[in-house]
Amino acid sequence: MDDVILRVAGINKRFGGLQALDDVNLEVQRNSVHAIIGPNGAGKSTLLNCFVGRLAPDSGTVMFDGTSLLGIKPHQINQAGVARVFQTPEIFEDESLVENVMIPAFAKRDGAFSLSFWSRVDGQKEIRDQAMAMLEDVGLAQKSEQHAGSLSRGDKRRLELAMCLVQDPKLLLLDEPTAGMSRADTNTTIDLLKRIGNDRNVTKIVIEHDMHVVFSLADKISVLAQGTVIAEDVPDKIKGNPKVQEAYLGGAHL
Amino acid sequence: MAQHKTLTPKKSTPGGDLAMFAVFTLAVLSMPIWLDPIGAAYPDLLQKFAIFGIFATGFNILFGLTGYLSFGHAVFLGVGSYSAVWSFKLLGMNPIPAVFASVAIAGVFALAIGFLSLRRSGIYFSILTLAFAQMSYNLAYSVLTPITNGETGLRVLQKDPRIFDSEAGSTGPLIANIFGINITGYAAFYFCAIFLIIAMYISMRIFRSPFGMMLRAVKSNQNRMNYTGLNTRPYTLAAFIISGMYAGLAGGLLSITDPLAGAERMQWTASGEVVLMTILGGAGTLVGPMLGAGVLKYFENIFSAFNDQRLAEVFDFLPTALQEFMIFITGPLVGSGWHLTLGLLFMIIVIFLPGGLAEGGQKIFGLFRRKPASAAVETSHTQAAE
Repeated sequence: MDDVILRVAGINKRFGGLQALDDVNLEVQRNSVHAIIGPNGAGKSTLLNCFVGRLAPDSGTVMFDGTSLLGIKPHQINQAGVARVFQTPEIFEDESLVENVMIPAFAKRDGAFSLSFWSRVDGQKEIRDQAMAMLEDVGLAQKSEQHAGSLSRGDKRRLELAMCLVQDPKLLLLDEPTAGMSRADTNTTIDLLKRIGNDRNVTKIVIEHDMHVVFSLADKISVLAQGTVIAEDVPDKIKGNPKVQEAYLGGAHL
Repeated sequence: MAQHKTLTPKKSTPGGDLAMFAVFTLAVLSMPIWLDPIGAAYPDLLQKFAIFGIFATGFNILFGLTGYLSFGHAVFLGVGSYSAVWSFKLLGMNPIPAVFASVAIAGVFALAIGFLSLRRSGIYFSILTLAFAQMSYNLAYSVLTPITNGETGLRVLQKDPRIFDSEAGSTGPLIANIFGINITGYAAFYFCAIFLIIAMYISMRIFRSPFGMMLRAVKSNQNRMNYTGLNTRPYTLAAFIISGMYAGLAGGLLSITDPLAGAERMQWTASGEVVLMTILGGAGTLVGPMLGAGVLKYFENIFSAFNDQRLAEVFDFLPTALQEFMIFITGPLVGSGWHLTLGLLFMIIVIFLPGGLAEGGQKIFGLFRRKPASAAVETSHTQAAE
């Protein structure tokens, strides 16, 4: 098996006069946590959107486990094994927590569309058990029958994580997983993400502003500035990289 | 965020659903009895309750579950009506082929209109469906006159082929009949009621199924659905076709109970009416839309028939001066002013009961079990404290 799960080569994306991504190359190792950091406007979210079919790059290739992710729809990318956590949690606010997790479990089992209108949801014991076990895993089992809209932001994030993980994705994309969280919530989330990395074979790509999160999670860090990768290394070496310090802090020490 | 319910959602069980459905079936079949005290137990109106109950129940599968507000569903009602009359004309007065024809042809129309309209969502979807409905309405009056018979309306004639009627009823009255029973009056009501019961059962299955869950997910968050590996388009299209077939069935039954189809059934007011019924009864609830249809048809038929003389009888027990005053007050609300009552009722419901009549019913039901509910809250608090 190829050790590189995601191979991004020569990605360019231009919005009018702005070169958002300029010849981006990236290789993500299987079962690793790869962080993409960079100052505001560096092109991190644009890059992520190119992985999931939300944006089409002007040129370049995105190969995931041997198949191209370009030119196919978001649901097909997910069915291929890529799940995504959004900056603002995207959940089914009107449904209960357990239903929120059952929906992706059904999608994994039955595919992108299934006209299963004669079977009963409450007869699907294995799907419900799977969802409940997942909620247990992220610490939301007691709230399983609540409406998801009533959750706190940190809980919504954990729910979204559960919704992604119940599908056993090969690749999990995390867009600022701790944005807007308290320090305590942030630490819980870090622990959760670390734990999930250990007992499942999930490769993770994390986009993050919070250096504390990045340095406690990442195996490897790519630094993006003005649409190009200016550095790629293990966390300890990134800290001392002068180019990174220049881009981030205008020369001050991290 | 205040509108989010933090309460535990109700869990359904197969047994509970079956019991509920049995009660529903009994209630529908005994409508001629329990609707008698409010003067609604005559066959014409009962048929309308059943037929528009089917229409609204089907519309709810699209609007109530997926949130896509179609403003042109009357086109399927019209298509169903024409199909049924054509079935009579070609195949004879048996209502069964007419039912199949109206459901199938409405389904084909729904596939075409849904496929195009569902490329957009929100208000643009509504406008597209409205445009298709108005187009069909105008076509029925103009170029499609050979099929629809234009303004006169399509009816069955003695000289029509009616191939399966050739020996028996070719000279008989042109009324739908099955096993020798003429589909008029109470027979027609029971014929429609059977379909209402079947329609409600299918709707219940959809509500409880993974498919129904996905339709609710469409309403809740389409973006998340796509990134969860679900293709939303076939789900919305399937919901659109199913609700179109329900409307076709309702249209077919309209023609079966009275074999005359006119284009006015496709007018935008008819499309608006089903939206009104669904919201009035409670969009997204199982029986709400059917209740809404019943209320609307009741107002249309009973309130509109009231006049000052009838009001005088109602307020007869009051002193003359007060009686005249009450007639003065309520006069504009009945007779030709029944729309005013309906409008007021609609406003009151939308403002105070956004969940419609179904929510109102649940609240009243809840009053009787307030005690155990609050006890449950207390126990959950103590559990939390532990």
